[in-house]
Amino acid sequence: MTSLPTNTERSLGLVIDLDICVGCHACVVNCKAWNTGGYGAPLADSDPWGPNPSGAWLNRVHAFEVGEGTDAAVVHFPKSCLHCEDAPCVTVCPTGASFKRSEDGIVLVDESKCMGCGLCAWACPYGAREMDPSAGVMKKCTLCVDRIYNENLPEEDREPACVRTCPANARHFGDFADPDSEVSRHSRERGGTDLMPEQGTRPTNKYLPPTERSGAAAIEADGKGGIADGPVELQGLLAWVDRTLERL
Amino acid sequence: MDRLNFRACLPGSTAPSNVSEPKGPMHPAISIILFTTLSGAGLGLGFWLGAASFGANVAGTVTGAAAAILLAGVGLSCSVFHLRRPLRAWRAMSQWRSSWLSREGLLAPAALFVLFLQAGASWFDLPAAGWPGPAAAILCIAAVLATSMIYAQIKAVPAWSTPLTPLVFLAFAAAGGALLACALPGVPVFTTGEFVAAAIALNIAAWILHVLWWKRLDRVGTGPSTPETATGLGNPGKVRLLEPPHTGSNYLLDEMGYVVARRHAAKLRVIAMIIGCGIAILVLACGLALGHLPAFAIAAFLLHLAGTAVARWLFFAEARHVVTLYY
Repeated sequence: MTSLPTNTERSLGLVIDLDICVGCHACVVNCKAWNTGGYGAPLADSDPWGPNPSGAWLNRVHAFEVGEGTDAAVVHFPKSCLHCEDAPCVTVCPTGASFKRSEDGIVLVDESKCMGCGLCAWACPYGAREMDPSAGVMKKCTLCVDRIYNENLPEEDREPACVRTCPANARHFGDFADPDSEVSRHSRERGGTDLMPEQGTRPTNKYLPPTERSGAAAIEADGKGGIADGPVELQGLLAWVDRTLERL
Repeated sequence: MDRLNFRACLPGSTAPSNVSEPKGPMHPAISIILFTTLSGAGLGLGFWLGAASFGANVAGTVTGAAAAILLAGVGLSCSVFHLRRPLRAWRAMSQWRSSWLSREGLLAPAALFVLFLQAGASWFDLPAAGWPGPAAAILCIAAVLATSMIYAQIKAVPAWSTPLTPLVFLAFAAAGGALLACALPGVPVFTTGEFVAAAIALNIAAWILHVLWWKRLDRVGTGPSTPETATGLGNPGKVRLLEPPHTGSNYLLDEMGYVVARRHAAKLRVIAMIIGCGIAILVLACGLALGHLPAFAIAAFLLHLAGTAVARWLFFAEARHVVTLYY
């Protein structure tokens, strides 16, 4: 039934730290790799080596420029399903293929029921659902439901592929229903935010905003136009080399 | 193991022959434009036929019901063509508790079935043959309402998410149905000067509502959502896309980013109104004046239908989905 559960026992999701993400796309690639061989139909591409490559991906990294002038910063922005509490993609589904699990809050698609109408992708404000170009069913992040409970995997691998692979540790996985979990603490301490709260979806995943940058702004403020030409206090061996080279 | 066998081993994957091809660049899908246009007109005619069931003769009821069932039937079949797994369409009737698409999938066939009963009862001259009429009329309204709610419920498209959307859909169905009803001499009330005048008035009212809907669309854009709310980065400052996440296109952009209709939207709106409102009304008025109502009413209906189809193309193409804020 595509009604939403009134409450979920656990509330599994991700914390994504925008301060740390370097935009390497490793999470994107590992997500694709895992989900092309894991739960459901493989994640297909269309025309992958042709002039117009396209395909279904469950996690994508955008890069935004934020702020003006020398205060502007680049923020790498990974985006995947937020496993919303009021998931609009679930209630619009006419076939019963989309559902939110009452035990852990994961939003999934039963691919044997999906008729590929695409309405759920329209209902999602975040673009978290993409139609598989080959299987004709809707694909979305499963929060690696086939990893996190998988007792055939070593314990350290029982987390989503994107979290496991992130070399910068910008992604964290856990239970938001537990106030003492790592993700709950991170979100509380760093002011974790919802994406598009005005859409009323109550996302589970939280984004940690980047902390204020001081680099470019500070250099601008000291009026010397950057470190390359400014007077630099040298000490020790480097100071001797500097003096010697100066005399030559 | 070759790729095909590998896929067949996985849960949820079935033989590729069940899967229809991905759709080409024609978005919004022509099948969805035809679906809302034709099923709206057919159900609109069904509403008038049901409402006038007690004053209709056999020929009028049967011809009218056949036309309504044909129009709405073709429209509903079109909606199946945009499914990637059309053989699973029957499942769409299962989620009526939560899904407007599912409700539409139940109400529209139910309305057509009751219209069929009405025609049958009239054909066999059963006692109380008019009684399925009111039920058919109510079901037709409910089915059009459900169709409109498929779109009006989607908050991610702020232009659709308004009570004006169901009003526009209902008014267009009523107007289109009334124009076609004027071509049914078997239902005497439909060929009176008063009904023809009412059909013209309804058509004008429907287009006025659509103009209001367009005015709101121009104002609302992506609603309260902005690139800043979409990324949560409003605190540092204005957010601009530096690098998209992929070099090619993807499903979301193919499905939700339109170019042609938006570029010519102002022209297309005028074209739709001239065909669907101005010329259609003139043709119907000429028919009444010249005394050739059925032929002229059919022509007026077809013009209205063409104008409606253009307006529906814009309905899908002009409305901005908030996901475009990420691009």
